[in-house]
Amino acid sequence: MSARDSILARIRKVNASGGDEEGRRQAVSARLSGSPRGIMPKRGQLADTERRELFQAMAQTFGATIAEVGDYADVAGAVSTYLREHNLPASIRIGDDARLKNAGWDGERTLDVLHGASDGNDLVAVSHALAGIAETGTVALPSGADNPTTLNFLPDHHIVVVKAADIEGDLESIWDRLRGALGKGQMPRALNLVTGPSRSGDIEQKILLGAHGPRALHLIIVD
Amino acid sequence: MELTSDRFKEHAQKALLDAQLQRALGNVEKGFIGKRQMAADALPEFDAIRDNARDIKNHTLAHLDLYLEAYEKKVTEAGGIVHWAENAEQARAIVLDICRKAGTRTVNKGKSMITEEIGLNDYLAENGVTPVETDLGEYIIQLRGEHPSHIIAPAVHLNKEQVESDFRRVHTHLEAARDLSEPAALLSEARQVLRQKYFEAKVGITGANFLIAETGSSVIVTNEGNGDLTQTLADVHVVVASIEKMVPTLEDTAQILRLLARSATGQDMSCYTTYSTGPRRKGDPDGPKEYHVVLLDNGRSSMLGTEYQEMLRCIRCGACMNHCPVYQSVGGHAYGSVYPGPMGAVLTPSLNGIEKTGQLPNASTFCGRCEAVCPMRIPLPKMMRHWREREFERHLTPTTARYGLKFWAFFAKRPKLYRIAASFGIPALSVLGGTKHRFRSLPFAGGWTRHRDLPAPQGRTFQQQWQQREALKQNPSQERAA
Amino acid sequence: MNHSTTPTPSSALTPDPENRPRVALFVTCLVDLFRPSVGFAAVKLIEDAGCEVHVPAAQTCCGQPAYNSGDKTDTREIAEQVIEAFEGFDFIVAPSGSCGAMMKKHYPELFAGDPAWEPRARAFAEKCHELVSFLTDVMMVRDTGAAVSAEVTYHDSCSGLRELGIRDQPRKLLNAVEGITIKEMQDPDVCCGFGGTFCVKYPDISNAIVTKKTGNIEGSEAEMLLAGDLGCLMNMAGKLKRSGSTVEVRHVAEVLAGMTDTPPIAGSGK
Repeated sequence: MSARDSILARIRKVNASGGDEEGRRQAVSARLSGSPRGIMPKRGQLADTERRELFQAMAQTFGATIAEVGDYADVAGAVSTYLREHNLPASIRIGDDARLKNAGWDGERTLDVLHGASDGNDLVAVSHALAGIAETGTVALPSGADNPTTLNFLPDHHIVVVKAADIEGDLESIWDRLRGALGKGQMPRALNLVTGPSRSGDIEQKILLGAHGPRALHLIIVD
Repeated sequence: MELTSDRFKEHAQKALLDAQLQRALGNVEKGFIGKRQMAADALPEFDAIRDNARDIKNHTLAHLDLYLEAYEKKVTEAGGIVHWAENAEQARAIVLDICRKAGTRTVNKGKSMITEEIGLNDYLAENGVTPVETDLGEYIIQLRGEHPSHIIAPAVHLNKEQVESDFRRVHTHLEAARDLSEPAALLSEARQVLRQKYFEAKVGITGANFLIAETGSSVIVTNEGNGDLTQTLADVHVVVASIEKMVPTLEDTAQILRLLARSATGQDMSCYTTYSTGPRRKGDPDGPKEYHVVLLDNGRSSMLGTEYQEMLRCIRCGACMNHCPVYQSVGGHAYGSVYPGPMGAVLTPSLNGIEKTGQLPNASTFCGRCEAVCPMRIPLPKMMRHWREREFERHLTPTTARYGLKFWAFFAKRPKLYRIAASFGIPALSVLGGTKHRFRSLPFAGGWTRHRDLPAPQGRTFQQQWQQREALKQNPSQERAA
Repeated sequence: MNHSTTPTPSSALTPDPENRPRVALFVTCLVDLFRPSVGFAAVKLIEDAGCEVHVPAAQTCCGQPAYNSGDKTDTREIAEQVIEAFEGFDFIVAPSGSCGAMMKKHYPELFAGDPAWEPRARAFAEKCHELVSFLTDVMMVRDTGAAVSAEVTYHDSCSGLRELGIRDQPRKLLNAVEGITIKEMQDPDVCCGFGGTFCVKYPDISNAIVTKKTGNIEGSEAEMLLAGDLGCLMNMAGKLKRSGSTVEVRHVAEVLAGMTDTPPIAGSGK
């Protein structure tokens, strides 16, 4: 017998001992198709304005910085401001996300905008989030050509653009969005839920920012 | 690692005398306990979610065969490959085979306890593949040739001076005069050294916090970002996970994630929670070209249906060891097993047998703090007691303890005899206690009096005095006679 | 006589001598042998609360040492003996959270699936209480009328705290004692390292744990240490005494009953 078959046989011997195999199968398919939500914390269940405020407050608690702009055309300006404030060279890397195409880059003449995945030589990357999660101040970043996963981890500074209307209360709402876009049971190759810049507490349990991932996480919220 | 749990007492003795270790262990309380409490208090639904998380895992375990099959189907649909391994040996061989096919000389590793459990690093090294641990704590202990002393904080037994000296010993290509006195400098050096490695290895190995039947995804939860670099930059991503990591749906991970980071580090959410589903897709500019899952049993399926089944709900947050007075006193290495602390005291005998590991479930005061903080509501003390029962049934309990117990039970089961013995013995012991009412040493009580005095009995037993009081109530004239 | 109903506060204050609940005191082996004064303090407190106290002669130990050593056979024999001797009373009260939890929580588990004994163990467990919580939660006592002048610190014994939920009850009653000030120690809810047979099986680890505990006790600057379990008290008292501390150690019942004329378990007070 293969390892697979003997493992499954051992489990089945215990689990099927009740005799109601049809009931067990139904329970599993009901759960997989129904995806019950469980206990939803009140914290994230807020009206639009409060939800956005909570998102900002939580993200800041976990070490992110925030800028707010009124329009996508203002994003490039906000990026340049960030670079200047942090004495960073005027160079960023972005993916193919359509929303970032018209972010006002033309207005920033000196800014060098590189495209595609990172090879580890970029100091700053800009991504667009699928959504924000107010409950924990998290941004959700699916993989793909629009927003390559390497941009989330290799650069020292990660700037994430999130649309105010995409700020959800909870992680469960992200699943609804993904199912709406990809279909039930489907996921992007990678989904990164990012909450603050990278950190480590491995030396004497003191939390230090900037472990292996970005040292800084900057969020730009577009109205 | 070699199992040395039978020498727990000896290890513990050494640990108690190790000033360096004792200083480091102070960080367990400072770093984890208060933070967990604050994070839990800040979420009013925390306890309700604990109940729900327990129910989710119970449901999953009761249908584990079906969920594993559903999961396998989804992984395959996404272009991934599922390998099943009965035991450590099979799992190691599968991983080595993947490495050989990829033609790699090194592999990067995200932090994973399961690869510790199967002894993967030594095996790969013996077979010509160099494993590189990329989590800062794991990297440090790999430099030292040690094993993790804690399941989420592998280097918690070390102080920064020790890390500094290891970095100086190993990173000889760097300026000798550099300042490494601050933890931030150590972190930055590790970042710099490891950054190179991510691009060198063709294979990246991670564990998994969850496997999701609904989507065929594996999930890792980290703070450093090393796990993500490990799996994103490699050509081949290998997930090694034991079968009880299964949950049915994405929603179920959302529930348990609300408990995991809060219980582990007191964070609302760890920095990086990553859901991985299959290899690079058409049009993807990055990500691994192959995605493998090694599904490991290694004793889990045999725990189903036994009194240890509930242990399979464990999400490896480490809260039980953080709150354990024994762990806090001796640290994780004393346990002589991959998994230390209360969860290890239950799991290790399940994985390795009670013969060599009997000390672990005995080394508990049953204070119950582990169960009180366990996010998955695992009754750890109860299961440790079950291991003591198995030991006792099989006559593995040390002979002196067994005879002592039987001697005591003989009297405990015979109240009359007990009263007579006590009415002679106790007043005599009281007199021996002298004017200071205490013993500094007593034969047969050396375990007690080595470190503390034994308060002497007050005098006659309560039963003696009570009977006299009742007799006087019945017949008050006796009082004058007495 | 039917004593099955829980008395109201008024009945506790003005007991009808005909209808007083019949309480069986499970004195516990340690109190019986080492510190009978705790037993008599318990008797006074229960009687003052309006109950009639009985002390069944057929009691030795609750069986915990055997239970925690994995010896289920002896545990069951001892538990059966306890249930037989005590089940006829309205309440069973023990001046110990750990013996209380053994009888209330673990006896039903011990007999689970036994058609003859499980129902008896459950009915028995329903009537079992730790002393202080019995006074506050069942007899609705708010003030024991005692007066003891001392600054005290209270250690929450593990079983009472985590298995029976006893935390506020002793503090409430202590606050009502005239002359008592509670000075909380750091981590009052952390184990003292006693753990029954643990302290003799692993004396050095136990010592490390109790050393932290006595440090916290001294750190509270209280002159008296109280707790609800004699095992923990003897452990902490033994350590305090060995290290030359003057902190006076007593069972909480002694203070609540105002019976502090006996020498303490350790210490001389200030």
